[in-house]
Amino acid sequence: MSIEVKNVTYTYSPKTPYAATALKGVTLCIEEGEYVGIIGKTGSGKSTFIQHLNALIRLQSGEIKVYDIDLSAKKPDLKRLRGTVGMVMQYPEYQLFDETVEKDVSYGPKNLGLDEAEIKERVREAITLVGLDYEDIRDRSPFELSGGQKRRVAIAGVIAMRPKVLVLDEPIAGLDPKGKQEILALVKKLKESFSPTVIVVSHDMDSVAENCDKIALFAEGEIARFASPREIFYDDELLAKTELDCPSVVKVSKELSRLGMSLPSMPVTKAELIAALRERRANE
Amino acid sequence: MNNIVFGQYYPSNSPVHKLDPRVKLLIVLFYVVTVFFVVDYAMYGALFLFIVAVALISKIPLRVLFRTVRAVVILVLITSAINLFFTKGEQLLFSWKFISIYKEGVERAIKLALRLILLMLFPSILTLTTTPMELTDAIESLLAPLKVIKVPVHAIALIMSIALRMIPILMEETNKIILAQKARGADFDTGGVLKKAKAMIPVLVPLFVGAFRRADELALAMDARCYSSVAKRTKYKVMKLTVADLVAALFCLSVFALVFLNKYLWHFDEMILSLFH
Repeated sequence: MSIEVKNVTYTYSPKTPYAATALKGVTLCIEEGEYVGIIGKTGSGKSTFIQHLNALIRLQSGEIKVYDIDLSAKKPDLKRLRGTVGMVMQYPEYQLFDETVEKDVSYGPKNLGLDEAEIKERVREAITLVGLDYEDIRDRSPFELSGGQKRRVAIAGVIAMRPKVLVLDEPIAGLDPKGKQEILALVKKLKESFSPTVIVVSHDMDSVAENCDKIALFAEGEIARFASPREIFYDDELLAKTELDCPSVVKVSKELSRLGMSLPSMPVTKAELIAALRERRANE
Repeated sequence: MNNIVFGQYYPSNSPVHKLDPRVKLLIVLFYVVTVFFVVDYAMYGALFLFIVAVALISKIPLRVLFRTVRAVVILVLITSAINLFFTKGEQLLFSWKFISIYKEGVERAIKLALRLILLMLFPSILTLTTTPMELTDAIESLLAPLKVIKVPVHAIALIMSIALRMIPILMEETNKIILAQKARGADFDTGGVLKKAKAMIPVLVPLFVGAFRRADELALAMDARCYSSVAKRTKYKVMKLTVADLVAALFCLSVFALVFLNKYLWHFDEMILSLFH
């Protein structure tokens, strides 16, 4: 079990006229090795939830355990926690600050208190992993890079801490289609290398359906459903209730069955759709 | 996070909230002048009661109102202490080595403290019941006569309202960046002054970069909508004087008038004292 969340409730600005409850009794277990998508409307509590995972927001009530680190403790080991849970915020390129790419990426490992040689090795590894040329880019200013490159450098800054859990808040927002594919492929690569557990907040249903093992659907501060993409996107009642959009594969499949050409299975990824279509043709 | 509120506006639906901001601003200006004409404790008490009454009408909890005094506590303590120790008078109360305290010093220290607290309290009701935007509009409207001598009143008001508008945005952005750097293990809370200042660099650099980016975007957006600072334009919220404004103004001005009458004509203190003789 890598993450255990029990009955977490959170209110912003409590006891003021602006009090707003963002999470209401959220309970969730994420196993090591899972790729979890978090979806839901703006203001449904997704961001508040993921910020709890590395104690950027301190628990008000409830329990959270990340591996063996207990966040309900009075003084959790924040340094170790932040080395364990790597958080890539929305538009991470806006956090770049240092003179050179190398210095910026080494900010995280330095804060973990690692020694020079270890930091250098990790920075080189992280920059290479995100698909940039270390020798070429290390001494350049992060501010003179292109948008996509900046985002990669920012992600490298997080993975240089070698987190076991990688949390990304809308990693593909504002990128062109090619950039989106590259970042998604990168996340997959990171999952295979040293962040076995990945949690992604996204509004992009196609990418969620394509990549996630499980989806947590947030609605008004609660988890409306935590299940596989298939269970969620083929539950018409749930979709209507939460005003959720479907991935295009699911739309195609539903449209086909409406036209009387039902598929033998319920595909959510492109590969599954193609397989289902082939199977249907073979059966005819 | 969606509604970070800048300043201390306390939302409520009271008659004071609904008053024309121009009237409120003018009343506060008169009030500030008035406070300097208060001479005796009776009038300090009267003004204090007046403030409490206005606070009750505006549905602001007194706890919230009195909290604003915290901002000037140090100023009050220092000025009172200076007056206490450095005022020379005739009646010596206490003397020890080079310190000597006179009755006049004690009185001056108390009065000064009362005056500063009163100066803080009433204007706080203005900022508690009026949004910064309303205040900006009020200032623009009150400064309008200066247009005659070519003061760019509208541009000044625009700068003020953009600045006000940007404060919550920058605050939100600062929060986001702090969170992001914390997620990378940044530690803003421990260490000496120098270490803490250094820890702020990873926050300040992206904040400045972001501020310039936003300024550029805003300028472009305004250009795209053909903004011109000389064009004649109407207001979304038209400020209109109502009977309520007139009543409020008359009520407040009559309270202030009491202060002046007291100073120059009546001398309440002496009247009260003479009752006991």
